[in-house]
Amino acid sequence: MWDMATALSLSHLGSLMRGVRSVDEVGADERAASLAKRSIKKSSKLWALDLAIRCMDLTTLEGSDTPGKVAALCAKGIRPKPGDASIPSVAAICIYPARIADAKAHLRGSSVRVASVATAFPSGQSFTSIKIAEAKEAVEAGADEVDMVIDRGAFLSGDHEKVYDEIVAVKEACGPADLKVILETGELGTYDSVRRASILAMAAGADFIKTSTGKVQPAATLPVSLVMMEAIRDFVRETGRPVGFKPAGGIRTSKQAIAYLVVLYETLGADWMTPERFRLGASTLLNDVLMQIEKERTGAYQSGDYFTID
Amino acid sequence: MAIAKRQTTDLSRQTFDYAPAPESIDHIKIEPRYGLFIGGKMVTPHSKKRFPTINPATEQKLAEVVEADEVDVDHAVKAADKAFDSWSRMAPSRRARYIFRISRILQERARELAVVETMDGGKPIKESRDVDIPLAAAHFFYYGGWADKLEWAFPNRKPRPLGVAGQVIPWNFPLLMLAWKIAPALAAGNTVVLKPAETTPLSALLFADICMQAELPPGVVNIVTGGGKTGSLVVTHPAVKKVAFTGSTEVGKLIQRSLAGTGKRLTLELGGKAANIVFDDAPLDQAVEGIVNGIYFNQGHVCCAGSRLLVQESIAEPLLEKLKVRLGTLRLGDPLDKNTDIGAINSKAQLEKIQGLVESGIEEGAEIYQPECKLPERGYWFPPTLFTNVSQSYRIVREEIFGPVLSVLTFRTPAEAVEKANNTPYGLSAGVWTDKGSRILWMAEKMRAGVVWANTFNRFDPTSPFGGYKESGFGREGGRHGLLPYLELV
Amino acid sequence: MPGAKNGNGRVQIRKTYKLYIAGEFVRSESGRAYRFDGSVNVPRGSRKDLRDAVRAARGAVSGWAARTAMNRGQILYRAAEMLDGRRAQFVELLGSGRGAHKEVDEAVEALVWYAGWTDKLAQVIGATNPVAGPYFNFTIPEPTGVVGVVAPGKPALAGLVRRVAPALCAGNAVVVLAPEATPLPALTLAEVLATSDLPAGVANVLSGYRKELLPWLASHMDVNAIDVAGCTPAEVIDIEKAAADNVKRVVKLAPNEMSPYLITAFMEMKTVWHPVGV
Repeated sequence: MWDMATALSLSHLGSLMRGVRSVDEVGADERAASLAKRSIKKSSKLWALDLAIRCMDLTTLEGSDTPGKVAALCAKGIRPKPGDASIPSVAAICIYPARIADAKAHLRGSSVRVASVATAFPSGQSFTSIKIAEAKEAVEAGADEVDMVIDRGAFLSGDHEKVYDEIVAVKEACGPADLKVILETGELGTYDSVRRASILAMAAGADFIKTSTGKVQPAATLPVSLVMMEAIRDFVRETGRPVGFKPAGGIRTSKQAIAYLVVLYETLGADWMTPERFRLGASTLLNDVLMQIEKERTGAYQSGDYFTID
Repeated sequence: MAIAKRQTTDLSRQTFDYAPAPESIDHIKIEPRYGLFIGGKMVTPHSKKRFPTINPATEQKLAEVVEADEVDVDHAVKAADKAFDSWSRMAPSRRARYIFRISRILQERARELAVVETMDGGKPIKESRDVDIPLAAAHFFYYGGWADKLEWAFPNRKPRPLGVAGQVIPWNFPLLMLAWKIAPALAAGNTVVLKPAETTPLSALLFADICMQAELPPGVVNIVTGGGKTGSLVVTHPAVKKVAFTGSTEVGKLIQRSLAGTGKRLTLELGGKAANIVFDDAPLDQAVEGIVNGIYFNQGHVCCAGSRLLVQESIAEPLLEKLKVRLGTLRLGDPLDKNTDIGAINSKAQLEKIQGLVESGIEEGAEIYQPECKLPERGYWFPPTLFTNVSQSYRIVREEIFGPVLSVLTFRTPAEAVEKANNTPYGLSAGVWTDKGSRILWMAEKMRAGVVWANTFNRFDPTSPFGGYKESGFGREGGRHGLLPYLELV
Repeated sequence: MPGAKNGNGRVQIRKTYKLYIAGEFVRSESGRAYRFDGSVNVPRGSRKDLRDAVRAARGAVSGWAARTAMNRGQILYRAAEMLDGRRAQFVELLGSGRGAHKEVDEAVEALVWYAGWTDKLAQVIGATNPVAGPYFNFTIPEPTGVVGVVAPGKPALAGLVRRVAPALCAGNAVVVLAPEATPLPALTLAEVLATSDLPAGVANVLSGYRKELLPWLASHMDVNAIDVAGCTPAEVIDIEKAAADNVKRVVKLAPNEMSPYLITAFMEMKTVWHPVGV
């Protein structure tokens, strides 16, 4: 078990990292698999699907993103199903820094927040000064939330201090905006590293820890999410500071989304089942959730023709 | 933090109550009354005595079964004896095909069997569906393959079948224990008379139907229902050459004594009081899962259950905190609900035994912890229970409870852990949790137990030999070693 | 023969036969002796001697089991060397005929054969098991613990060695009941074992009346297995009944059995699981 006082002292960062408990891969996989078999029906399914929308970071992160594309996404995010006021807005629109101003304009007056990736997304392989400047400018341009990536090269080479310092600096640059720290678990190799990186990011001040950029395979998986949630649980127990969790990448179906909510519920509990502490990063999940809601309401299986694409 | 200050909606404050998700039972057909399976068909028994089999979750009667008497058992053994001649001489590859057939039918009828198992025994459907039935089918598949390869199993010896095997099985894994008994017996060329447990006869009676569907030659498998008396008739019948029993150590000793001088071959798989040992460097979250799986799997009705948690003192506090939180997430209730983690206690008698031992623990001064847990009004239930502040001498630490009750002890050094773990007349299983490879192997070597799970618990596989040291019995089931009790090596 | 004078009138030094318990040659704690053939006194071991022998065996078994297989093999081979070196003495004890020579040969052969099994058994009898999941799973034979051996009266030496050698080969500690009517080969074999680097307590040899010792051995709660090779059918029934009190393994293989299956009759199979992951 680590101790927060030592955690914040850089000279003890090494011992903090060494003190992080190991994770048995097979055990974590099996626990996640057993949770994925939970059968969520009827009213609780509708509740979960509603929550999935409210916790969604509707995302587009393409080189081809344009003001028009972002405008459409914002419209979808505010009102996922035109004409049906019972469907809530998503939590945020997640975009590149260059599109912040477009999104900000379209989301004005809604509850939907602007989340921007930053810090040389997705690789994180740039100069620290540029990463800090990028985060700062993103917030100045109107981002409510910043999704930064850690420098996996530094982490894997054992330079935990550099990763830690960058997170601290970016957090400071974010000012009032919330900071989500992307670990890119698909590049970390083991659950041990995932757990270690989670602790490091939280100790450095992350408001959320996030699995993936979506640009690397594997992106979010259920067991990796379980491992990160368990790290959050231990961090909260040790420090009293709640940290949010965001799986991202590859979550395309309602069934997957519900599985994440089940793991969340049974690991971090009901207190985390809110957009303040949980986000689902997804670009194509929303319509499947809408179709499932409609199926639950009408009893009939749905067709994509009846749901708007953006 | 800015996010924390945001307004939360009412909806987001709702808890995530899982709506009921009951397994469908409309495809299940349970007869009101069952006969006995003798000589390849369901026959009218000689015995006039019948008894009900109850769904322990509802206390409703599911069916009436026969309490087979001496005449019935004699018929069954004679049918098996008659069938032995041709079954043991049959080309082994043909014998194999029947066993493979059984395995396939078990897979085809898996859900039906799972539902019946859950209704008759009270175990959660997710366990009968994901563990009991698939493993039972796998067991037949594994041993089916051995039937025509026996001469490769024991170097320098010619294996010969023994004759009629009399087999008595418990109520905790009814079909799986049936598979553990029947599959190797048939592969080795024996015929069997099997008596399922008094409280869980239905899956064995369904299995009788499967034998008929597989067109297994008449008499190769015979199933007689009844209680302890019927079981005793099966094991002591003079024409039974081999006895296999899984159940309590108490009954095992009675059987061993009753077979003295008969020359019958005997294997016993008896009780346990396994230590699950957690070192300070263990992967804690997985250890918590292993502890939970070790003692609360199948309501703790598991002979190899990790009923004694030995935790290194330096991590006892965080581990127990995690464990208690985890106990709070266990879902107790309708065994047929797909989300149920803890089902019904198998019988009223077993519930009373658990209650009695738990009482004794409280009286002896142990500190009890039970998560908030609403028990259904009807049926037999016991909440997941954890005892701290216990000492080695307490009954709850010495005696097999066979229920969802865990006793927590601490240790300081590996040597102390070994000493405490082995300080029991039982020796069925043990668990070790540590991140250090050399310590795992050292601990595995020191455990006086037939199965050691390191950084896991309660894993089973047809290829993996299972059985006890000391008073947990002798002989192995599973793997190549599981053939040996059913063969004479000439 | 005992007590005989040799040619030059020297008065022979007679040997006092003793029990072999915990690595020491002792008289019976009861102070009693009996004369099986009317001439030589042998100790009439008591139930307390048996208790002491079992206690010694229990104390010795974990150390013996923890020796490397090779070391156990070397020690059993050393026992063969010691036995062969005392060939003349054993031939004399066995009646000096052609049969006596043959029997000593057989006893030596059994020790050599089982000495070679110590480090091969786990390879032949053990297994790695291909379970359907991400686990490494293996099964190894381990000694059952304390083994009581009721030695057959005939052949008094080879019959005993054929039972003691596999039990020791497995890593058990043994308590041997010498045949009541032919105790000398067993008591003398103790001298062989005592000079073979076998740790104290691993082998213990008691002489005495079968009816005075057997029930205590059969019912002893700290004896894990009992080999009944030298028992009458009636004795076997009583042993099997008493054995149930602590679920003792009763070994009933044929007296002339020489096989790894006899070794494993004194062993338990242990299966170990571990996840395979990164």
